[in-house]
Amino acid sequence: MSRARLLALVAPPFIALWAAPGMAQAHLVATGLGPLYDGVSHFGLSPEDILPVVTLALFAGLNGPAHCRAAALALPGAWILGGIAGLSGLPWPPIAVSVASAAMLLAAGGLLASNVRAAPRLCAAAAGGLGLICGLGDVAGVAMTPAHLVSLAGMAAAAAAVFVLAASLTLPLTRLWMIVAARVAGSWMAALGLLAAGWVIRYGALAR
Amino acid sequence: MSRKPIIAALPVLALAALLPGEASAHIVRGEAVGFASGFMHPISGLDHVIAMVAVGLWGAQLGRPAIWLLPVTFPLVMAVGGFLGLIGLPLPGAELAIALSGLTLGAAVLTEARPPLAVAGVVVGLFGLFHGYAHGAELSPGQNALLYSLGFVLATGLLHATGIAIGLVHRWGWGRYALRGAGAAVMAGGAYFLWAALA
Repeated sequence: MSRARLLALVAPPFIALWAAPGMAQAHLVATGLGPLYDGVSHFGLSPEDILPVVTLALFAGLNGPAHCRAAALALPGAWILGGIAGLSGLPWPPIAVSVASAAMLLAAGGLLASNVRAAPRLCAAAAGGLGLICGLGDVAGVAMTPAHLVSLAGMAAAAAAVFVLAASLTLPLTRLWMIVAARVAGSWMAALGLLAAGWVIRYGALAR
Repeated sequence: MSRKPIIAALPVLALAALLPGEASAHIVRGEAVGFASGFMHPISGLDHVIAMVAVGLWGAQLGRPAIWLLPVTFPLVMAVGGFLGLIGLPLPGAELAIALSGLTLGAAVLTEARPPLAVAGVVVGLFGLFHGYAHGAELSPGQNALLYSLGFVLATGLLHATGIAIGLVHRWGWGRYALRGAGAAVMAGGAYFLWAALA
């Protein structure tokens, strides 16, 4: 089965399931499968995590394998570092975390939309920044316990897996219309980041 | 592409559609409650719909690279307008500009106007700014701003895509006339909304 057919088969149900309305369960995800899968589920149910990760992955994929490798290595490590900072008990202001999240989405979308040729180090730095902010935002204010550390590892692993999968979608793209489609998606994500920033300024921190 | 993968995905999509939603009792109608209400927002007003579809029509008429550049410009600048509306900066004449957008973009499709790409981008971007401002100023606090915004941007993009899909008839002789007719219809809609805004 060709890649396009496989994508046409797999993508719609995932998009439908993800977009289906569900209960808000920020920081309360309990799968019954243990803290590691709780962390994986938390990532899977958090659009503020998934959207920038996928956007940055598509950008890295358009730039080439070296960029993907550098960013895929930087992302989970930074996620765990950010998470440890969040678990440290320091009073991180939720609004600052939300503004940073919106700014990361805007930056990732802008990079993808412009399809700028970047050095692998820039990709790694962007992935590192994204990981720090997302990891911090996911567990800020949560108590430092072994279970939460394992959940954090689950989130970081899920983020790395999704990053690699999303990057593999754009890595082999050569047809112009496919690259244009990826760039259009980037422009939408940049728009999303801008709207989220306005939302934070008007109403306060984003729901997590 | 074969239809088999799409047909195979249908049962899963049907199942997803039947998934239980959250209880929404006592949520004020129109509040920003997530993806669905964000998605409905741009398509709930005909004045917005005709302008966004017209952007796609005009892009298809102009061909590459306008066919994708204009529909990218509009949501991006619209988000800037939404940002301005959200933070409460004043932008007078938004309703008038929205009505004018239908009139102007309809006229551009009707006359098959071919300005330089930058000029077309500025025209579309300017109108996008006012559309976004109107949406941003109206938004109420909700549960998930990001999902709301995602639905909002996605609906806008799909309206452009609808315009582009319709505009692809431009490749045939009869299609050009049909497209110009669609431009006239958009222009008439814009004129109506302009009259309503001024009255």
